[in-house]
Amino acid sequence: MIAAHYAALQVVAPLIAAPLCVLLRRGALAWLVTVAVSWIALAIAIQLLVQVMATGPVSYELGGWAAPWGIEYRVDSVNAFVLLIVSGISAVAAPYAHHTVVREIPEDRHYLFYSAYLLCLTGLLGITITGDAFNVFVFLEISSLSSYALISLGGERKALTAAYQYLVMGTIGATFFLIGVGLIYAMTGTLNMADIAARLDPVEHTRTVLAAFAFIIVGLGLKLALFPLHLWLPNAYAYAPSAVTVLLAATATKVAVYTMLRFVFTLFGADFALDVTFFAEFLIALALVGVFAASITAVFQNNVKRMLAYSSVAQVGYMMLGVGFFSVTGLTGGIVHLFNHALMKGALFMALGAVFYRLGSVRIEHMRGLGRQMPLTMFAFVLGGLSLIGLPLTVGFISKWYLILAALERGWWPIAGLILLSSLLAVAYVWRVVEAAYFRDPPPDRPRATEAPLALLVPTWILTLANFYFGIDTSVTVGVAADAARALLGEGG
Amino acid sequence: MTGGQTMVLAVLAPLAGAVAIAASHRHPNRREAATLVTAAALFALTASLLAPVMAGERPRAILWEIVPGISIGFEAEPLGMVFALVASFLWIVTSVYSIGYMRGHREENQTRFYVCFAIALSSAIGVAFAANMFTLFVFYEALTLSTYPLVTHHGTDEARRGGRTYLGLLLLTSIAFQLLAIVWTWAVAGTLDFAAGGILEGKASPALAGILLLLYVFGIGKAALMPFHRWLPAAMVAPTPVSALLHAVAVVKAGVFTVLKVTVYVFGIDLLADVHARDLLLYVAAFTIIAASLIAIREDNLKRRLAYSTVSQLSYIVLGAMLVTEASVIGSGIHIAMHAFGKITLFFCAGAILVAAHKTNVSDLDGIGRAMPITMCAFLVGALSVIGLPPLGGSWSKFLLALGAAGAGQYVFVGVLMLSTLLNVAYLLPPVVRAFFLPPPDADGRRISFSEAPPACLVSICVTAAGSVLLFFFADLLYVLLEPIAITTR
Repeated sequence: MIAAHYAALQVVAPLIAAPLCVLLRRGALAWLVTVAVSWIALAIAIQLLVQVMATGPVSYELGGWAAPWGIEYRVDSVNAFVLLIVSGISAVAAPYAHHTVVREIPEDRHYLFYSAYLLCLTGLLGITITGDAFNVFVFLEISSLSSYALISLGGERKALTAAYQYLVMGTIGATFFLIGVGLIYAMTGTLNMADIAARLDPVEHTRTVLAAFAFIIVGLGLKLALFPLHLWLPNAYAYAPSAVTVLLAATATKVAVYTMLRFVFTLFGADFALDVTFFAEFLIALALVGVFAASITAVFQNNVKRMLAYSSVAQVGYMMLGVGFFSVTGLTGGIVHLFNHALMKGALFMALGAVFYRLGSVRIEHMRGLGRQMPLTMFAFVLGGLSLIGLPLTVGFISKWYLILAALERGWWPIAGLILLSSLLAVAYVWRVVEAAYFRDPPPDRPRATEAPLALLVPTWILTLANFYFGIDTSVTVGVAADAARALLGEGG
Repeated sequence: MTGGQTMVLAVLAPLAGAVAIAASHRHPNRREAATLVTAAALFALTASLLAPVMAGERPRAILWEIVPGISIGFEAEPLGMVFALVASFLWIVTSVYSIGYMRGHREENQTRFYVCFAIALSSAIGVAFAANMFTLFVFYEALTLSTYPLVTHHGTDEARRGGRTYLGLLLLTSIAFQLLAIVWTWAVAGTLDFAAGGILEGKASPALAGILLLLYVFGIGKAALMPFHRWLPAAMVAPTPVSALLHAVAVVKAGVFTVLKVTVYVFGIDLLADVHARDLLLYVAAFTIIAASLIAIREDNLKRRLAYSTVSQLSYIVLGAMLVTEASVIGSGIHIAMHAFGKITLFFCAGAILVAAHKTNVSDLDGIGRAMPITMCAFLVGALSVIGLPPLGGSWSKFLLALGAAGAGQYVFVGVLMLSTLLNVAYLLPPVVRAFFLPPPDADGRRISFSEAPPACLVSICVTAAGSVLLFFFADLLYVLLEPIAITTR
């Protein structure tokens, strides 16, 4: 029966489709395969989430080898939610990709693009679903290597430097992570996550485990662009092809955040992490400094893609803040923000991709007067921007609500104030674009831009409206996130 | 139709109107007809709620829950009725005025103007009928955003700068302070529903209540309490109908209305009486009243002068709320209506002068009363109402506020109110005096021809001026309506 193999199919479907794209050699066919596989992945992710919420965690032994010898895929409410985010974004981004790819990438490389895209998807889904620490590393490398390739496909020569920068930083991150996993293996003799969690207790206070913890946190910190380890991100997002930016911005850092959640809470355990001197305080401090530094930098960017990339670094800060509170409310806020941020950045980068499609540029001075010429695209951008700011009825508000509540629960009201102040910086950078697009005349030398094609508008608006839908009906997102938070903190669920 | 459905319709009607306006952007007459029909429908809807509310009913409609315990919902109560009635009635008048003004002044982007106007009204009605602080906040922010394109309407550097100040200050205060106060209230009280007697009683210590009060009152930037008042003069770059309805009525009154709501239904006047931060706010409000009046005296630009006058008048309401006596709270509620009619008349006149004579400064108004006698007479009526002289509406609210201050034993604030009245005279009457008693600069003895504003403008001016007079004679209706909000349990 196929339903029993959903967990494996989640990863195997895109993995098989990737070489298929190479064999097909035709860009359009490869695109169709990518879209189909993305939708299948989404369908599977939904099935898994429903199953997990109904009957509890799902365990799958790959190749019939029982854990801890074989690799176990283990789906609980935490990663089922992340699987949904990744596959959901891909399901919207893949149809969107076609037009932008035709525009931005030489025709003889189209099939390679889709093949790399599918590999990246495989990696991201794999990291999320696996219950094996070493397997995480394997998928991490799959997703990283394919995203280096994807970024380097960007039109400008700077894309090569950006990809190289990411390659160096990403490799350091992955290596650190691997060292950490190796140290844990040395201490526990197992790589299965559940097993590690069970065996780590007696050796918890050895220096080796502490070192492993440090290596893993720093390694993952690099991958999730935790300030000040974020330096690779702005260029990577700014120079990657539009569709890649959408996929990476909406999913890659989320998966890294998930991995950190998994290691900190499931493997090491919240008690261990809280025992590590100043870990929570350190995380909160870095998160807050990151939020402010990155937001302020974003205000001064003239390339809107770079602006939003810095904003992503800031948003990662919010997620880390949620982790740093070590409470159900805080984690709920952090986890729901994984989903919510994917929606807002997805929508915003898609709108920008549509602008790039018409203008060939996303510099703020080229976007003047665009509100009249591309009304639907720019209005989607405005709405996405409102969500980023966190105005009520948008998803951004829900995330902020829980984060502030968590800060107040701990009695840290200055942090609550800082969270709110930081959203004002989002007003500053979003509004620079709004003002240029709506209240300035188009530059005289720019030919009149027309509205983006429907193939770009429809996915953009799906994500834009999702920003409002999930800002109003939060029963699914907050429900799952709260469940996941309780599971991570070991409070039932 | 139940009261709850009526409120939902009242919020949706202007939005539907906005769609109709946008759809008929190629046919100006049809577009303006859409605005007028929507405005009339909105007023009819709100007016239909008056009788049940006066009979003591509190129609409710809870639409859906965002997160457990926090919902979008509406409830009609006396304060909201006053605000909704004033805003929706004056929208009709302003729409008529706008037609004359926008066409007479040949403004561009008129469709965007009317669409945003309708959305702003929908937001204002949402604020008026909000059943909880969360719903109020949603519409409060929607009001900020929908009026921003109206402030930057002209698209000039000055307009963009004004828009930045407007949006910046309003979002700063609402997000940094008000939202924090809301989340904090939720964390402490476990509910955000407005309830008679407040929701913080027994839940928040006086010290915490003090912090919350400061966060709320400064966080409600639309109340223009100093030092967060700069957005209001900045908003004067907008076309005059916007200044008239939104920045003398809907937006600013949404601010002071929220202050009153928080006072009465979140803190409750019993709890608030024990909060020491109240004293600080009393003095800040008093300072704002006096300082804004002094600035107004020095402003030569007529609209900016009126804007500072509004800043000053809004603080009357904050002052009344913070005095927490029965007379002062009801006086504040009545002042929402009284000031609205007076100030909108003044703005209409300023706009009429701009359209007919192309003058914006007080110093250019010499002798203009001969060319525009109707406008300047109406200006006098509006000015006297704002000053607070009988037989004009403004006298009642000022009387009640002074009574409240005296009743609380706070004679300083009686003095402040009286001093402010003198200052009002000093900045509101000179335009009238110049208009009627000084000779026009280029007269040279020849007859000045009668050149009034377009008829649509004149009609509106006369209606609001007459309204100011009528409110003097029918103020007891407002008093009876508002009486229930000031009942204390002690």
